[in-house]
Amino acid sequence: MRPDLALIHDWVAPGSRVLDLGCGDGELLEVLARDKQATGYGLEIDPVRINVCLERGVDVIEQDINEGLHNIRDDAFDLVIMTQALQALKRPDKALDEMLRIARECIITFPNFAYWRHRLHLGMKGRMPVSKALPHAWYDTPNIHLSTFKDFEQLCRMRGYTIVDRAVGKDGGIGHWTSRTWPSMLSRMAVFRIRR
Amino acid sequence: MTHTDSQTALNLSGPHRAAFDEPLALACGQTLEHYELVYETYGTLNEQRSNAVLVCHALGGNHHAAGFHEGDRKPGWWDKHIGPGKSIDTDRFFVISLNNLGGCHGSTGPNAINPATGKLWGPEFPMMTVPDWVHSQARLADHLGIERFAAVIGGSLGGMQVQTWAILYPDRIANAIVIASTPRLSAQNIAFNEVARQAIRSDPDFHEGWYYQHDTRPRHGLKLARMIGHITYLSEAAMGRKFGRDLRSALNFGYDVEFEIESYLRYQGNNFSNSFDANTYLLMTKALDYFDPARDHNGDLAATFAKSQCRFLIISFSSDWRFTPARSREIVEALVEADKRVSYVNIESPHGHDAFLLPDERYETVLKNFLSHAMAAPSDDTHHHNRGNDHAAS
Repeated sequence: MRPDLALIHDWVAPGSRVLDLGCGDGELLEVLARDKQATGYGLEIDPVRINVCLERGVDVIEQDINEGLHNIRDDAFDLVIMTQALQALKRPDKALDEMLRIARECIITFPNFAYWRHRLHLGMKGRMPVSKALPHAWYDTPNIHLSTFKDFEQLCRMRGYTIVDRAVGKDGGIGHWTSRTWPSMLSRMAVFRIRR
Repeated sequence: MTHTDSQTALNLSGPHRAAFDEPLALACGQTLEHYELVYETYGTLNEQRSNAVLVCHALGGNHHAAGFHEGDRKPGWWDKHIGPGKSIDTDRFFVISLNNLGGCHGSTGPNAINPATGKLWGPEFPMMTVPDWVHSQARLADHLGIERFAAVIGGSLGGMQVQTWAILYPDRIANAIVIASTPRLSAQNIAFNEVARQAIRSDPDFHEGWYYQHDTRPRHGLKLARMIGHITYLSEAAMGRKFGRDLRSALNFGYDVEFEIESYLRYQGNNFSNSFDANTYLLMTKALDYFDPARDHNGDLAATFAKSQCRFLIISFSSDWRFTPARSREIVEALVEADKRVSYVNIESPHGHDAFLLPDERYETVLKNFLSHAMAAPSDDTHHHNRGNDHAAS
């Protein structure tokens, strides 16, 4: 399992009703249903990934998150999860508000633009970084709203949301000691648990 | 595989005729004391009787869903999906398709004898509703010894039957597949149906529905009704791509056929008017108009599905303007609200409402993948959802 998914797995309370925004091939929901008796749905727009969800027996609803989540009522879920999709949204701030309207708690993971390799790339080469975490060129990337740990924490503060947990990820795992001591520079990936 | 081999593997059985003597009380207040249903089956029922799939037909359909009968030039209406290795795999599933009550392909309907009068039912055949059909289908399931369907599947009017199965017989259906359908017709939908009915009813050969007594049929009205229907089944893009503004010959500034689309609609309308019954068309379009399961729950569709236990798959098509994707999403949202298991896909297609009958790779894969989890073992699926409202406290 992807390291951010493994961490989320540990954070999910048994029996939770979960909405996974941009659920991809449904791996996380499948594992959460199996190990945590979690129920719920994935939202996804990619037909190929939707097919994999269906093949896994994961409930998936074709819906573009960019068009809003207004069809889902307040507090419909215990937990909303969004892995590696925030940076691809038109309005991540509005998406965050919507997530915390649908559920009291959400878990969000995104690539950390302040990762040292990215800083080095931009600083030394003067060009937008291309890496394993950010594999696209600037002109064809789906990642239109890149941010750093600090940016995201500031957004949460401004909106009055509470950061309950925060973990950071490097190459092979999440929460390595170096990244804990100096998370902004050394973490490729950010994982946040937030409550309203 | 040769044509004959694939027919053998399909294991088409029928058409069969089942007669029922237990009276069927209908929503309109009348009772059918005795009725018959014509059906076909494909594949083999397993020993546990857990692999039965019911396929519900749409407005113009009937029991012949797959394969060929002796002398057929075209296979059944959903042959693309039903067969060995196909999305509804007859190597795994035992598929049943019937002609609904009021139909004109063998089941009791306007062209059957009314035992009370000894004459054809004609226009006196009672108005049918979707729940009436579903009750009669449940009796057919009893007749075949099927307690619980692995899946009930249908498009358009068939999708309305599937929804009704999930609402009225929650413990008899493990999976519900609702395709290109709606939770109720819009005023525009009803308007098109009304124009179609008026076309039939104003045909001089209609004779208030007693046309057989006059040794005639309202072919012209039925043809017009089908032409109107056909326009709503296609998308503007599909019609444009297929026919454009192509002329059959030079313009002759008259009302004969000049454009290809005119020729096509007349041809389709003619074919239909020769093979379908006008009274059946009238009552089927009324059944469409009446369909509104939420009416019994103050319009609350989520409450309507409260007792459903099955897993749902809702499918819409991007260019369908008769029952738009938004109508399918209403069903999805109600099911999410009601805490039911549901998946939804919107298939990109240029073919309008008709897309649900046409081949499409994604459509077939979606059905196949969803059905890979469908079996009707009694405890199947009950572990995952339906925890009631215990999340509401959060």
